[in-house]
Amino acid sequence: MSHEALWQEKVEKISRGGNEKYHESNEAKGKMFVRERLNLLLDEGSWAEDGLFANSEKEGLPADGVVTGTGKINGQTVCFMANDSTVKAGSWGAKTVEKIIRIQETADKLEVPIFYLVDSAGARITDQLEMFPNRRGAGKIFHNEVKLSGKIPQVCILFGPSAAGGAYIPAFCDVVIMIDGNASMYLGSPRMAEMVIGEKVSLEEMGGAKMHCSVSGCGDILVSSEKEGIEKAKQYLSYFPSNYKHKTKIGDSKPAPEFEKTLEELIPSNQNAPFEMKDFIDRIADEGSFFEIKALFAKELITGFARINGEAIGIVANQPRQKGGVLFPDSADKAARFITLCDAYHIPLLFLADVPGFMIGTKVEKAGIIRHGAKMISAMAEATVPKISVIVRKAYGAGLYAMAGPAFDPDCCIALPSAQIAVMGPEAAVNAVYANKIAALSPEERPAFIQEKRKEYQENIDIYRLASEMIIDEIVPANKLRAELEQRFELYRTKNQVFTQRKHPVYPV
Amino acid sequence: MKQVKTNMAGNVWKIQVGVGDEVTAGQEVVILESMKMEIPITAEESGVVDELKVEEGSFVNEDDVLLTLK
Repeated sequence: MSHEALWQEKVEKISRGGNEKYHESNEAKGKMFVRERLNLLLDEGSWAEDGLFANSEKEGLPADGVVTGTGKINGQTVCFMANDSTVKAGSWGAKTVEKIIRIQETADKLEVPIFYLVDSAGARITDQLEMFPNRRGAGKIFHNEVKLSGKIPQVCILFGPSAAGGAYIPAFCDVVIMIDGNASMYLGSPRMAEMVIGEKVSLEEMGGAKMHCSVSGCGDILVSSEKEGIEKAKQYLSYFPSNYKHKTKIGDSKPAPEFEKTLEELIPSNQNAPFEMKDFIDRIADEGSFFEIKALFAKELITGFARINGEAIGIVANQPRQKGGVLFPDSADKAARFITLCDAYHIPLLFLADVPGFMIGTKVEKAGIIRHGAKMISAMAEATVPKISVIVRKAYGAGLYAMAGPAFDPDCCIALPSAQIAVMGPEAAVNAVYANKIAALSPEERPAFIQEKRKEYQENIDIYRLASEMIIDEIVPANKLRAELEQRFELYRTKNQVFTQRKHPVYPV
Repeated sequence: MKQVKTNMAGNVWKIQVGVGDEVTAGQEVVILESMKMEIPITAEESGVVDELKVEEGSFVNEDDVLLTLK
């Protein structure tokens, strides 16, 4: 046999992965083979693999259960690691871990995004001394992820389990895409939970994709198939530069689509009535460009990427259709995380405020709403990317602050004519200020008194008055907002600001 | 027994269904008044209204059951 033929035989054997029966059981679950996934993710013929022969001298451990390398996605260079669940359920041996660490180091040196295609049962306990506690053991993977965070985009697609320590790979990524039905994250399996704490629970309920994308917030995007997940990952990347030193390329500009109902007609005149903020976003973003992050989690706040005139931006918007758009601990967390992500990669931020404030009451105080709200406010305050704050309707109390109000150095604070900025709404304010007086009045006198005081209050917070006081920078009619944003984001592109000098803040967490 | 629960604390402002009414998933069944906002609460599952657990005007906390479906 020639050298090449022998090499060919070895390469083919390794590239087939594990035992046929594992391929079959994966297929039955709608799971693709790891190399098929990579072929879908990466441009055809664009990738170079490292460590194909890792552990090839041992029987049954082709590539040691992980494929690592460098390739291109729509022409953009990326590094990747992808577990092979047909090899010992994608578990980590010493060489698996070393391969992952090395590809992280490569991504760091090349300053390109890294993709983690996770489908792994966790550590190989039989190999623990070689892969768990040492300097270049699994801990180093997480150490590297933390170090790379904010330097290069880190994207996780979760195809199967990521168990115990392995659950931290997604946790340190910028975004986690989860395939419904197959993806799961958990520290202890249901079997372990039953043994150790006596809880009986299903895997789906405790650590399934739906739960993580809607309740825990560990997942960002829920998809129904692997193909959809891979498509989403590629789409996500299109909003990002290769690393923190660059800006996202400006794409082709597309106008926002025409709708029967204009932006102005969309906004109810009654400040307290709900409306669909996503319809608002559709009318200011380039057609089809809105890409939502955490769509199922803390729905009272919308976060996502979009393009305006081809430029990628991040949108943080209150959603009056959900919980009145009130900010809760989870929505504050969601915002803080998204703002930090955009700021790390120079993606300008657009705040669309229609917020009655932060939630009050025992339940949320016990949940630490103040502490969580502080996270959002500090992330927003620290962001030095171009920031435009648009007051769509009401912005009450600390809600105004959290949505990049005037004190937080937005490049401009624009109010629509429907905007209302105040410590609290007229109803609450009149009650608060005149409570004793109202109580002293006879029931017949009360309505007229309250009505008069509310009217006074309304006049006092009239938006033109606020503009006259230079509290806001501009008033823009709703239907002219898109043009205004196009112009301003373009004008703010040269913004270059350092927030302040220090090691790092003491994060409110 | 399917339940419709509140997602935030507030006052029950309007109950839009009665016992025996058929409800489809996603339908608005109760409107709360909270933080001076109207908060529509929708049923997550379809069913027939079995019992109303609250009255208009009553205070409900997050996760309280508003009504049950069968």
